[in-house]
Amino acid sequence: MLKYTVQRILLMLMTLLIITCMCFVLVRMLPPVQLPAEDPHTKVILARREAMGYNKPYLVQFGIFLRDIFTRWDWGVSDKLYFGQDVAAIFMDKLPATMIVNIYSILLSIPIGISLGIWAALKKNTIIDHLISTLTMVVISVPSFVYAFLIQYFLSYKWGVFPFLMNSGRNYLDWSMFVSMMPPVLSLSFGVIAGFTRTTRAELTEVLTSEFMLLARTKGLTKGQATVRHALKNCMVVVLPMIFGEFIGIMSGSLIIESIFAVPGVGSLYINSINGRDYNMFMLLTVFYTAVGLSAGIVVDISYGLIDPRIRMGSRK
Amino acid sequence: MDNQFEPIPREKFVFVQQDANLHDQKLETKNRSYFFDAMLRFKKNKSSVVAAYILLFLALFAVLSPLISPYDVREIDKRYVNAPPYVEALAEKGWSLFNGAVTHDSQNDASMDYWKGIAEETGHDPVLGILSKQVKQVKSRGKMVENATYKIRTNKYFEIGLVYMVFSYEDFEKIQAWQDRTGLQVIYPYVDPKDIQGISNNPNIWYQVKDNKGTAVKDENGAFIPAYCTAAAAEGAPYHSIRIAGDNGSYIYSARKSGAVQCRVEYYNYYQYVNGHAPQYYFGTNEKGQDLFCAIGMGARFSLVFAILVSVIRFVLGTIYGAVEGYYGGAVDMVMERISDVLSGIPFIVATTLFQLHLAQKVGTVPSFLFAYIATGWIGMAALVRKQFYRFKGQEYVLASRTLGASDWRLMFRHIFPNSLGTIITSCAMMIPGVIGSETSLTYLGIVNLSEFVGTSIGELMSLGQRSMTTSPHAMFWPALFFSLLMISFNLFGNGLRDAFNPTTRGED
Repeated sequence: MLKYTVQRILLMLMTLLIITCMCFVLVRMLPPVQLPAEDPHTKVILARREAMGYNKPYLVQFGIFLRDIFTRWDWGVSDKLYFGQDVAAIFMDKLPATMIVNIYSILLSIPIGISLGIWAALKKNTIIDHLISTLTMVVISVPSFVYAFLIQYFLSYKWGVFPFLMNSGRNYLDWSMFVSMMPPVLSLSFGVIAGFTRTTRAELTEVLTSEFMLLARTKGLTKGQATVRHALKNCMVVVLPMIFGEFIGIMSGSLIIESIFAVPGVGSLYINSINGRDYNMFMLLTVFYTAVGLSAGIVVDISYGLIDPRIRMGSRK
Repeated sequence: MDNQFEPIPREKFVFVQQDANLHDQKLETKNRSYFFDAMLRFKKNKSSVVAAYILLFLALFAVLSPLISPYDVREIDKRYVNAPPYVEALAEKGWSLFNGAVTHDSQNDASMDYWKGIAEETGHDPVLGILSKQVKQVKSRGKMVENATYKIRTNKYFEIGLVYMVFSYEDFEKIQAWQDRTGLQVIYPYVDPKDIQGISNNPNIWYQVKDNKGTAVKDENGAFIPAYCTAAAAEGAPYHSIRIAGDNGSYIYSARKSGAVQCRVEYYNYYQYVNGHAPQYYFGTNEKGQDLFCAIGMGARFSLVFAILVSVIRFVLGTIYGAVEGYYGGAVDMVMERISDVLSGIPFIVATTLFQLHLAQKVGTVPSFLFAYIATGWIGMAALVRKQFYRFKGQEYVLASRTLGASDWRLMFRHIFPNSLGTIITSCAMMIPGVIGSETSLTYLGIVNLSEFVGTSIGELMSLGQRSMTTSPHAMFWPALFFSLLMISFNLFGNGLRDAFNPTTRGED
């Protein structure tokens, strides 16, 4: 298991390096941003560009890029959006907002999603099951920005339950901040809840029909006991890794929801860096998103092995 | 050596079993193919059949709506921006969704007079109904005065009323000729700003006012007193067309304006003169002034065609790649898996952005968008095909065929591939809504801008609607409704297909 884990992580780091290199070269091939002539930062940025080897071959530039990151955690300066500021510092400043919104959304989704899934599975082929399954299907199909519209229009505009946009500022544990975070949290939660419901229901219905459940009933357990102790445990083999995967995924947040509700997070920063052609910012966020995506996959795979000794994917070959 | 044989005549041959009976029973049921079987199973699934019909309807809408709509996506009228849906026939039946209504808050008596003025002069009453009325006692100059505020619904198409316009002499004649032909009044008598307290920016005031805020002076019956200009010296050009009621021939209909004439024009009728039809936007217009009925259709056309194209290309690439991987296995598989690992690790938005930045200038937005989809998208398909090949390649019929000398290519595409076709087709169908969804997200975010190519896209329509949500919710409502329906029915349809082709996975959702 340990060997497998190390192997996977090394492989992931290599993949990340290759992707970073590809994106880096492609970004550097674009013409650099024109700097305003009179701004005092311009000289500094030009000097930094020289130091970052803008006129050297691409692979040398990539080497300098990596060296700066590993020795000084220096990802370059923003040359458009936050003129002259350090990219990494801005990124670290934006990350908490995204994470908090997404943690709330996951915390809201787990209990609702899993209990709906269990309910549907226990009432399989009844009207409740059909209702939940159909609703899940519908909710999963509709993209989050449609929920964002419904929530913003009805809850915020018509009935005034929540503020229209998220509060600015940095004290995220404030009550009014919490209330203003609810619209993005709710918009994000619909899809996640439906995902949890669907997986839980599918797994649980399969487990419930297996033979050991019959055995558990014959040896005298009540239906509740058998479900909680035997069926749910087995169903968690699939659901728990999914939760871990979502937890890693929360860092990436939602690009659209963040820009709709003005969440001061990395998602909207990413969109702005793309539309504003801020290449250093774009590079940092690309590495970040790639890393999040890759590690989510690994965490899911490894946690399968940890939870269920029967699934040790490393011993497959 | 005698190799010469006598040829045996044909008649001497006799069937061995000439009279023997075949004891096999003839098949009484019809032969059913795999696809026919799948069709039967699909039809049993009610929700998927309904979804298929909705899908068909949406596709028909996409094809027909730009043809039905009198407008083009790029046709924009600045005065009908954010106009709500209006269909005259439905509005008359009392369908409040299609009566072109907007709500106005806190209207006082003066503004109610203003609406009444438009209604009386043009015959098109903008006020649809009064939602609420509040009366407050306000102290004014030492006296208690009743001050009423209204909340009203008005028809956005009629509330424009009259506008000032400048025409050349020929145009002025043409409009008069059109008036004579159709009997619709476009040009209304001119009102000199001097007669209405110097108000020169409000063409809707045709009655006598007592201040420059436009407070009306009423006669003893509470009616407006007309303030139309009668000074023949100011007339811009001779007018010989229909006159409004109450005109004894002394009103002038235009004012002189260096080489041209200035008129008060009722915009609703003027629109009919210019375009040949009354302004009716079935789904309303958005912030840009695009007709949503047509724009949704155009956007959907692009989305559907694009998604199908992407799926087909991904299907071909993924099948070939996955087949080679799965069939050969071993070192080939290892290397190819690493390549697809790297490609699948690139977030899609990054791929799209880089393709847009590098290629959009050279080959255009849509091809570079397509490349972005193809560059990384086929990996899911390849993984699926690879799995199927691993499943089937060790089976006896493949071994038998190989023993008989079949080539690798033949084994792959004549023997193994058809067996996994059901799964692959299903995932192709499931891929389409995925492509539409991500295409819409990217156009929503403005990373890809399709307006030059198709005029608009569903994502762009929704992001425009989102911005003007509070004033004109319909601009978000219609695209969102269309898009949600499309996604839901595509997913339900795909699920039904999957259940039909792979009965063993039924009910897993």
